[in-house]
Amino acid sequence: MDLFVSQLLNGLVYGLLLFLLASGLSLIFGLMGVVNLAHGSFFMLGAFIGLSVVSYTGSFWWALVLAPIPVAIAAAAIEILLLRHLYKRDKVDMVLLTFGLSFVFTDLVEWGWGKDTFSLSEPASLEESLEFLGGYFPQYRLAIVVFGLAVALLLWLLIEKTRIGAMVRAGIDDTRTAMGIGLNVPLLLTTTFASGAALAGMAGVVAGPILGVYSGVDVEVLIPAFIVIVIGGMGSLKGAFVGSLLIGIADTFGKAYMPEASMFLIYAAMIVILLARPHGLFGQAAS
Amino acid sequence: MGEFVFFLLALAWPFLAGSYGTGLITEALIFAIAAMSLDLLMGYSGLVSFGHAAFFGVGAYALALSGMKLGLNPWLGILVAVMTSALAALIIGYFCVRVSGVAFIMLTLAFAQLLYSAAVKWRGITGGSDGIGGFDRPQIAGLSLNDPIYMYFACLLGFVLSLWLLRRIINSQFGHALVGLRENETRMRALGFSTDRLKLCAFVLSGAFAGFAGALYAIYNSFISPDALSFAQSGMFLLMVVLGGVGSLLGPAIGAAIFLLMKQFVSSHTEHWLAIVGIIFVCCVMFFRSGVYGFLKQWLERGART
Repeated sequence: MDLFVSQLLNGLVYGLLLFLLASGLSLIFGLMGVVNLAHGSFFMLGAFIGLSVVSYTGSFWWALVLAPIPVAIAAAAIEILLLRHLYKRDKVDMVLLTFGLSFVFTDLVEWGWGKDTFSLSEPASLEESLEFLGGYFPQYRLAIVVFGLAVALLLWLLIEKTRIGAMVRAGIDDTRTAMGIGLNVPLLLTTTFASGAALAGMAGVVAGPILGVYSGVDVEVLIPAFIVIVIGGMGSLKGAFVGSLLIGIADTFGKAYMPEASMFLIYAAMIVILLARPHGLFGQAAS
Repeated sequence: MGEFVFFLLALAWPFLAGSYGTGLITEALIFAIAAMSLDLLMGYSGLVSFGHAAFFGVGAYALALSGMKLGLNPWLGILVAVMTSALAALIIGYFCVRVSGVAFIMLTLAFAQLLYSAAVKWRGITGGSDGIGGFDRPQIAGLSLNDPIYMYFACLLGFVLSLWLLRRIINSQFGHALVGLRENETRMRALGFSTDRLKLCAFVLSGAFAGFAGALYAIYNSFISPDALSFAQSGMFLLMVVLGGVGSLLGPAIGAAIFLLMKQFVSSHTEHWLAIVGIIFVCCVMFFRSGVYGFLKQWLERGART
C-alpha cells in the first residue's frame, strides 16, 4: 500500500483514540467547568484493569465491556465525595484536586501492576491483516476506525437527539436555569463525569494493543487530548471530533515524514490555531 | 521580628544540624525560591501555571550545558541559566498570556511537556533520561561550593536575595497592577493597562526566578535529569504553593520546607510517597485552602485578640 494511504489510516486510528478521550474531557469541561487532569488516569486505569480481565478470562471483549465499569464507579465516587463540594469555588481548585488525584492513581497502578510496560494482545479474531486499497492493513486498526466513528455517531445522537442530551446541553448553556426548571443537575453531573471516565477507560483498553499499557501512559495521552480540546474549542463535541482527527493525522504524518520535528508539529498547529481563533475552532467566547 | 529570629536560626543552622540537616535545608531553600516564583504568578497575578517545572528545568540544563559544552565559568553559568529561563518564559509566555483561565493552564502544561520530551529525546545534548552529571561547582576565592556548608550559605544568600527582590516587585506599582489583574482584568483594561504585556512581564520574571532555583538545584546535585522538567515536578511546585498558602510569598517558601521534610519522613517509611502527595494535595484543596501561612496568621490574630 502506498505509504501515504497507510499513514492516513494510522492517523485516523490515533485520532479516533484521542477522540474517545477528548470527547469526555470536553463534555465534562462544558458541563462542569472542570479541567479533569485525572482523565488520563481513567484511561490508564481502564487499560490496566483490562489487562487483568484479559489474563483471567482470556478474552479481549470481556475486558472491553468490564474494564470501564470500575473506572466509572471510581469517577462517580470522586464526583460525589470531592468535586461536588468545589463547584461554587474558584475553578482552579477543581483542577488542583484532579491533579492530586492523578498522583494517587499513578501510585495505585504502580502498586497493583508494577512499573513495567505491558502489552495488551488484540482479539484473536482481529489478528490478521486485510487487503485494503491494494495493500495490507491490520484488521484491528480498521476495527478501531469503525468503533471510533460509531462512538462519535452515538455520542452525537445522544447529545443532539435524546432527552438526556437535551438536559446535558441545557446544563452546559446555563446550569442555574437548568436547575430552576427542575432538572436534576447533580445527578446529571455525576452521570456525565462517570460516563466520560468510562469512555476514557474503554479507550485505554482499545488503545492497549497499540500504545501499550504502562504507568505514565496517562500523561502521554492526556497532553494531546488537551491540545485537541484547546484546538477544537472547549465544551464542543464537534470540536473534539475535528480536533482529534487533525492532531491524530498531523502527528502521524509528522512522525513518518519528519521524525526530527514531529514533536513540535502538533504544538505548532495548536499555536497557529490559538492565535487565529483564541477560543478554538468550534468554541464560543466565554460568557 | 519573627523574620529576624528566623534569619539568625538560618545562619546558625549548619553548625547546629550536622551535614544531613544542612543538606535538607539547602534543598528546601532552593525549592522555596521556585515556589515563591510560582506564587508571583499564581498568587499575585492570578495566572495558574501548570508547567512551572519547565523554567526550573531549563535553568538547570542551561547551567549544566553552559559548563559542559561551552566551558563557561559556573558563576557565569548561573547568569546564563537565569537569562535562558527568562527567554524560554518570554517565548512560551507570548502564547500563553493570550488565553486565560483554563486554557492558560492547559497551554502551560502542554509547553512544559514539550520541553520534557525534548530533554528525553535529544540524547546527544541532554543525555536523554540518564541526564547529565559531574559538572563543576562554582568556586570563588578558594571557597568551593563542593563544601556543603558553603553551598548552604550560597543558597541562603540566593533565597534572601530572591525574597527581597520578589517583595520589591510585589510592592511596586507593577506588583499592584498585577494584583489588579488578578482581581478584575476587565477593569484594568478599561483603565488603560496593557494587560497582556503585564502578564507577560510577570511570566518572564517568574520564569527567571524559577531558572535561578533550577541552576542552584543543578549545582547542589551536580546532576540534572528530565525529571526536573516533568509533570510531577510542576505538580510538586503547585503543592508547595497551595500547602504554604497562595499569595503570601513566604507561605510557599514554608510550604516548600514542609513538603521536603515530609517527603524525607514519608519516603523512609513507605514506598507510596506519590499517593501521600496526592492525598495531601486533595486535603489541602478541600479543607485547608488558605494554607499553613493563612492558618498561622489567623491563629496569631486570634491570639492577639484574646
